[in-house]
Amino acid sequence: MNIAINIQNLNYAYGKYVVLKDVSFCVKRGDFFIIIGPNGSGKSTLMRLISGIIRSKTGQLDLFGMPMQGYNRKALARTIAFVPQMVMVEFPFTVSEVVLMGRSPHQGILGIEKREDLEIAKQAIAFTGLEHLSHRKLTQLSGGELQRVYIAKAICQEPRIMLLDEPTASLDIAHQIRVMDLMETLKEERGVTIVMVSHDVNLAAMYGQNLLLLKEGQIVSSGFPGKVLTYETLEHAYDCTLLVDDSPLGRFPRVTLVSQRVLNLPGRSKSI
Amino acid sequence: MNTRAPFVLKRIFVVSFLLLILLGVGMFLGLSMGSSGSGMSPVLESLFGARGPDSALMDTIIWKIRFPRVLLSALVGATLSLGGLVFQALLRNPLAEPYILGISGGSAIGAITGILLGFSRFPGVAAAAFAGSIFTLFLILVMSSGQSIIKRDSLLLSGVMVNAFCSAIIMFLVSLTRDSRLHNIIFWLMGDLSSGDMHQVGILAATVLPCFCLIFFFSSPMNLLLMGKETAQTTGVNIKAVTLILLVVTSFAVSATVSQCGLVGFVGLVMPHLLRLLFGPDHRVLVPACVLGGGAYMVFCDLLARVLPEQGEIPAGVITAMIGAPLFVFLLKRSGR
Repeated sequence: MNIAINIQNLNYAYGKYVVLKDVSFCVKRGDFFIIIGPNGSGKSTLMRLISGIIRSKTGQLDLFGMPMQGYNRKALARTIAFVPQMVMVEFPFTVSEVVLMGRSPHQGILGIEKREDLEIAKQAIAFTGLEHLSHRKLTQLSGGELQRVYIAKAICQEPRIMLLDEPTASLDIAHQIRVMDLMETLKEERGVTIVMVSHDVNLAAMYGQNLLLLKEGQIVSSGFPGKVLTYETLEHAYDCTLLVDDSPLGRFPRVTLVSQRVLNLPGRSKSI
Repeated sequence: MNTRAPFVLKRIFVVSFLLLILLGVGMFLGLSMGSSGSGMSPVLESLFGARGPDSALMDTIIWKIRFPRVLLSALVGATLSLGGLVFQALLRNPLAEPYILGISGGSAIGAITGILLGFSRFPGVAAAAFAGSIFTLFLILVMSSGQSIIKRDSLLLSGVMVNAFCSAIIMFLVSLTRDSRLHNIIFWLMGDLSSGDMHQVGILAATVLPCFCLIFFFSSPMNLLLMGKETAQTTGVNIKAVTLILLVVTSFAVSATVSQCGLVGFVGLVMPHLLRLLFGPDHRVLVPACVLGGGAYMVFCDLLARVLPEQGEIPAGVITAMIGAPLFVFLLKRSGR
């Protein structure tokens, strides 16, 4: 079995408002899979479906060859970890307390942690570079630090699939690269399948092995970055002018946003 | 990361032990002080079987009058503190509390209706109180439904409105009453701990103690719920079931105390905050801490209520509100940024 996620003919609607129409795709085991698309294209809904937060009545969703319905809650939490978009927490948990909570799908009802759990949490904290913050309260952290705490908690779940909903959205560029590198390492060292929603097409081009481009709940294109990130498909999906060329780093495309103002400048238009 | 964390169990025991001592001291003082003479020696003599000259009378006062009352205070304090803790976790709002949200008010309406209809205190009045609390709970959840429930303002505003409405209905019901029950109802409304005999205290204990145990088993899911609904759900928590069970169990325990001793406000706000400040936000520690610490707090408040005035006594609810309301404003101001 080399397929981590197998989705066939998946539909979803909030009331009458259809967000996903007949979506089918596969994610290979150990893939770095990035879902892109304009706002409202159904990316987050797809994410919530894969994580089991919401369930679809139609279509098929298999994880490692077993239908989603076959997993109980704790088993699902041991298979998939979900890192949501930034959640503000008003209760003063420490970083290590939060990371340890990731062990709860492996524990009994009271969540009494064993030595092993502590060891795993310690590794997750080290992996995400949070050692110096482990006793800090959540309420005292910056956005980038908070994001890494949630990632460390998810790693602590020891999942086979890691889902991230726009993990770089509110981070500065250094933290964006840091989070993406962390995921790359997680994939390489532990073989975790990474599935991520992103708005940043250039990060997607650089890190993604396979991309999925959604528009209005349907798949526009999917495959390796060079196939999906072409100027035609992107302009069709996002409905704006873009420039796509090869990245100076090589082997993947680079997308440049083009302002209407720049297009209309008399001397510049021909050079583009 | 140090080796402190593995011993959550040890932490629970240490914290519980400390608060148990506090509760013990409070109960001992509660037994020794009162309008008919204070002093520790009669209690000690009574406890250890030593006989003084007029010990029979003192024995009666201590064990038939003061002891049920002290136990009742402890149970009420424990229930209300735990109620505050659970509501704060479920609504992810550190300012939530059964009294502020109007849940207590709702069960008071039920209880008064029950009293006016001439129900027996148990199970009639208690059941009416429970119905009232579930109804207000439902009302608040509908009013602040959807995403906005996370927002403190919409939730608190809904609660304030429900509470105001409940007060109006309570006043209306009281104004309908033309007989001697009136004084009792008003006194009871302000939080009255003097009513208990051993039998009633026993019923209350049998009602709320299983609730405490049940809530303790949900302390780990409560921790996860504070990290957000989606995080809790993807970490293996059945949030719908957990939320429903906790809301109903808590409302049940709170309405049991309301039907016994009326509206005691702000305990559920003060104690969880204080204990969280002292012992951190882990619910596995906080649930037992709220039971023991909340009980101790209420025993001390009741002691003040009995000892402060020259004659008679103040309702305990007055003391808790006098301490709690300013603290609420302080917390609101500090966390409001």
